[in-house]
Amino acid sequence: MTRILIPSGALGLDYDREALARGVAMKPDLIAIDGGSTDSGPSYLGRGVSKYARASTKVEWKGLIAAAREAGCPLVIGTAGTCGTDSTVDWLLDITRECLAELYLDARIATLKCQQPAERVLAAMTSGDLLPLAAAPEIDEDLVASCTNIVALAGAEQIAAALDTGADIVIAGRTTDTAIISALPLQRGDHAGGAWHGAKIGECGALCATNPQSGVLLVDFDAQGFTVTPLAEGARATPRTVLAHMLYENSDPFILYEPGGHLDVTGANYSALDDTRVRVEGSAWVPSDTYAVKLEGARIAGYQTILLTTVRDRHYVENIRAWTDDILRKHTVKVADRTGLTAGVDFTCELRLIGVDSTLGALETRDTIPDEVGVLCVITAADQATANEIGKLMNPYLLHHPLTRDEEQPTFAFPFSPAEIDRGPAWEFCLNHVMRLDDPMQAFRLEVVDA
Amino acid sequence: MPELGQVADKVRSKNAGPFWLTIDVFCGSPEAFARIAGGVSTERVAAALKVDPATVKRFDIPALNVIKISLPRPTVQGRHDDRDMHGAGWASVIAELELN
Repeated sequence: MTRILIPSGALGLDYDREALARGVAMKPDLIAIDGGSTDSGPSYLGRGVSKYARASTKVEWKGLIAAAREAGCPLVIGTAGTCGTDSTVDWLLDITRECLAELYLDARIATLKCQQPAERVLAAMTSGDLLPLAAAPEIDEDLVASCTNIVALAGAEQIAAALDTGADIVIAGRTTDTAIISALPLQRGDHAGGAWHGAKIGECGALCATNPQSGVLLVDFDAQGFTVTPLAEGARATPRTVLAHMLYENSDPFILYEPGGHLDVTGANYSALDDTRVRVEGSAWVPSDTYAVKLEGARIAGYQTILLTTVRDRHYVENIRAWTDDILRKHTVKVADRTGLTAGVDFTCELRLIGVDSTLGALETRDTIPDEVGVLCVITAADQATANEIGKLMNPYLLHHPLTRDEEQPTFAFPFSPAEIDRGPAWEFCLNHVMRLDDPMQAFRLEVVDA
Repeated sequence: MPELGQVADKVRSKNAGPFWLTIDVFCGSPEAFARIAGGVSTERVAAALKVDPATVKRFDIPALNVIKISLPRPTVQGRHDDRDMHGAGWASVIAELELN
């Protein structure tokens, strides 16, 4: 039997303090919280920084350190600081030391570092131990070497090793969302399918319940399966809400791949124990022949300059597409003439029409005429100075370009000066691969600090 | 003919990692599930998203009255030509499909 308390879907999203206190009083064996996701894009991994404010992270983390101490159980965070690089593990370690000092507490802290040197990934490429997943991008040695950060997603084995140090607090770099929850029940011999399935259901906190924003969730694991209990006032889990969570951010609602195997929930049975709790049994864990961890990597694909203008003149709004097409043609010629750079080869330049099709682009089917249109110009070039120069060549068009030669010179609305805004590096995710390991700890580093 | 979104309770699209997109159609009732499952072919979904139908995985789940559609992300998340970091906008393409 293992009881795990999950305060919310991510550190930084806040949690319900009353519900957390209720969970602490129920004597959990571990408090687990996720710290990250790729959902906010490649920049965080590329830079090795958190997307959440340090101030929010600290307030919430301090509350969890105090809660774990009161419960007398370990506290584990996976994918610390959004992306789980070594830098974000160290960032949270610093915050942890501040919290402990302010709480007048001592603690044993285990850090699990998941960052991968490019050399290790290149060696795996050479030895045939780097395998593409479905829809993986093409990669070569130069691309791997150009990643600013590569992380491997740790599984239950590495979290178990961190717990075995006797740590009060485990700060893990990139992990699968589920590993921080499944590790302890697996170690204690609870049902393996139930451990992974319950972990998947619990990874977003009470998102699997009727009141998804309520956050705090308790999952009880045992030899046959698991039980889900949402702890916020009025929150209820039903077989339907729990089953529906298998859909969440998962391309296959029945199968979930993890290091060392996969979870198959095809045979799972969901039943209501009462108005708020759901019991699940029948999920299966299928071990794989080899042990492989998923990699994530990000690199700088270029540098961007953006411009924004808004068009309110009815004549121009009605002819907005003709206007921007003409601008792109003239801008392409002008850039080639002034700089020798070729559009589509040396740089890309897009004009997205906000209010018309800026979300869907070519997939937009509606064709209504709005009152105004925002024109967002996105330029991506090899370096910032070049992107800025190309932006300066765009500036006069977005300010004054007439639809025909006969028209008086129009002027459109620039919200900013300078109109060209340097956005810095344009990051991209460039790995969707797994790396085979002989030993689960081979690509991970565990350190223990007494603070 | 009604649009899919007028019959379904909710249509949601999300990233399933940076390289996959997943769209969940919550039909709300067995009747709506049958109407939608029979009213939109996977080929039409693929055409609306301008992708190869062979790359589209579809799960019709009667236990939940849900249709789940997963596909390689039409633009890799965050790449310079990606317009929608969290992938939520693609739901509208499916919600606005007319049912046969």
